[in-house]
Amino acid sequence: MPIIQIHNVTKIYPLPVGDVVALNGISLDIEEGEFVAIMGQSGSGKSTLLNQIGSLDIPTGGDLFIAGRNIREMNDDELTDMRLNTIGYIFQRFNLIPLLNLYENVEYPLVLKYGKRDTTGRPTELLRMVGLDGSIIEHKPAEVSGGQQQRAAIARALVNDPKILLCDEPTGNLDSKTGEQIMDILTDLNRQGRTVILVTHDPQTAEYAHRTIVLRDGRLAE
Amino acid sequence: MIGDFIFDLAMRNIRINFLRSLLAAIGIVIGVIAITAVGIMGANMTLSVTETLSANSDTIKVSPYSGGGGGMMGPPQGGSSSSDDEYITSTQLRTIRQIATPNTVIPVYSESDTIYIGGDEGRASIYGLAKSDISSFLSVTSGVIDLQSTNGALVGATLAERYGLKIGSRIKIGDEDGDSGTKTVKVSGILEERGMTFDINTDNAIIVTDRWFTTVYGGEGEYDEVIIKVKDINDIEALKTAIDDQLNRKDDEVTISDASRMLDSITSSLQTIISMMQGIGAISLLVASVSIFNVMMMSVTERIREIGILRSIGTRRKVVLKMFLYEASIIGVVGAIIGGVMSFILGYIVVLSMVGTTAYFFTIDSLIYVPYGMFIGVIICVISGLYPAWRASTIDPIKALTAE
Repeated sequence: MPIIQIHNVTKIYPLPVGDVVALNGISLDIEEGEFVAIMGQSGSGKSTLLNQIGSLDIPTGGDLFIAGRNIREMNDDELTDMRLNTIGYIFQRFNLIPLLNLYENVEYPLVLKYGKRDTTGRPTELLRMVGLDGSIIEHKPAEVSGGQQQRAAIARALVNDPKILLCDEPTGNLDSKTGEQIMDILTDLNRQGRTVILVTHDPQTAEYAHRTIVLRDGRLAE
Repeated sequence: MIGDFIFDLAMRNIRINFLRSLLAAIGIVIGVIAITAVGIMGANMTLSVTETLSANSDTIKVSPYSGGGGGMMGPPQGGSSSSDDEYITSTQLRTIRQIATPNTVIPVYSESDTIYIGGDEGRASIYGLAKSDISSFLSVTSGVIDLQSTNGALVGATLAERYGLKIGSRIKIGDEDGDSGTKTVKVSGILEERGMTFDINTDNAIIVTDRWFTTVYGGEGEYDEVIIKVKDINDIEALKTAIDDQLNRKDDEVTISDASRMLDSITSSLQTIISMMQGIGAISLLVASVSIFNVMMMSVTERIREIGILRSIGTRRKVVLKMFLYEASIIGVVGAIIGGVMSFILGYIVVLSMVGTTAYFFTIDSLIYVPYGMFIGVIICVISGLYPAWRASTIDPIKALTAE
């Protein structure tokens, strides 16, 4: 059974000047362990689709099953728990919490999940895995480079052992060398069995994926 | 606990915006001080008045009925007097004595008149009392209580201090330009300060013999009031009823009152004044609450992306709500603690300067206003933070993440 099942999903944003159809009848299955790249021009609907899969938003029509559950039938707390336990989100702008240091940023989802500070050493282990070690992890996000922030963001996305990793232009704010290092980490994670869905408009980045889906005007162009 | 983590986040945000948070907390400090210090002052005033008047709880006062006398035993309020007499007659006094025996009955003549001491002119109450009655309820700090000569007089402590009166000082009483001219009395004794009393207020008064009084003002046997000093305060109600039955049987002749009604009336008036002052103080808390609201709304606006991040990685709405409520609560608790400590200090100073004694300061009735004011300060902060916190928790995570 596919880990993500998208059936005839539409997303319409009602605006005073008229409705904007961001997604128009998308149907798509993604199997567990797949590495899928979603491509398309700006405004094609790729980020909107990722937001639906990431349970940050709910489709206007159709059905969207994540790990067997239809997100259109879930309440806000259930969607939030889905983001905490099943999905790991990696953003273009890293989106680390500025008040917390790198270690605390990675630890935070664990605290949310278990209701207590971590004693297992998992945040340190994951930070080491993505190449962050030593005193650097005690620095606030604003005190480290973009590449280091993105590595910490990846560690944070992994800390609750999610089945699905959603990456929205993860190399978009990085230089090419650092971007390649980040993509290597994502490839390794996919090899370990995680489903990776990557939004990009860079064909070179998309080459890391097993399958590429192209969106045009809210529809599948493949 | 996630609560600890979120509390830590709230603390860090307050530290980052320290000055802004401090200014908001100062508003709470001022508000807490305003309502607490006024409350403490009011409680101390009430306790002071209560104790003073309680010392007069053994006193019944019988006055000629003049149509008023709300709350006192006697004729109904607003009725017109059926008696033309504005004094207690000798017959009425006799009746009172018969009823009140074996308690002490003190008939009092009183007048307010112009006085001249050296080159100074002023006004004072003049009380005429029987020599034997004077020592039964008054005492002196200097001189003698017994008025040996006819023109001897006792003066109140305040009056003596104001005009520098000593034993042997002479006081001219009466209008120098009037037909009857002035009479001179010689100070024989200076009375002990009595403060607020229910019977007669002697601090700003001159006590003369009844003989001297009636010689100067006339009206022998026409008393302005009669004071009864009761030996057992449990007899007060029965005595009042008996006098009322006798003297007001046909017409309304006298008003009979005791200190308890006066005490109720004064404490009630004090409470009203204190409540009004606290209400004014509460306005500063209202202003502080607007400041807290503003600070919290700014915090939500500035941290909108952070809220988006928290929500996108699995933070429930109620956790975000809690984080902002913690922030408001921290400002409130800090403001309330500082305000509570300062209220304690300022309250002490205000009580000392306005009530004149701190004898009642360390009582529960007085200090209860400190936790009371602090509690209100914290509650105001939490209430002010409710809407901003709710707004933060309901922000759409996608919109929050894309906010600049």
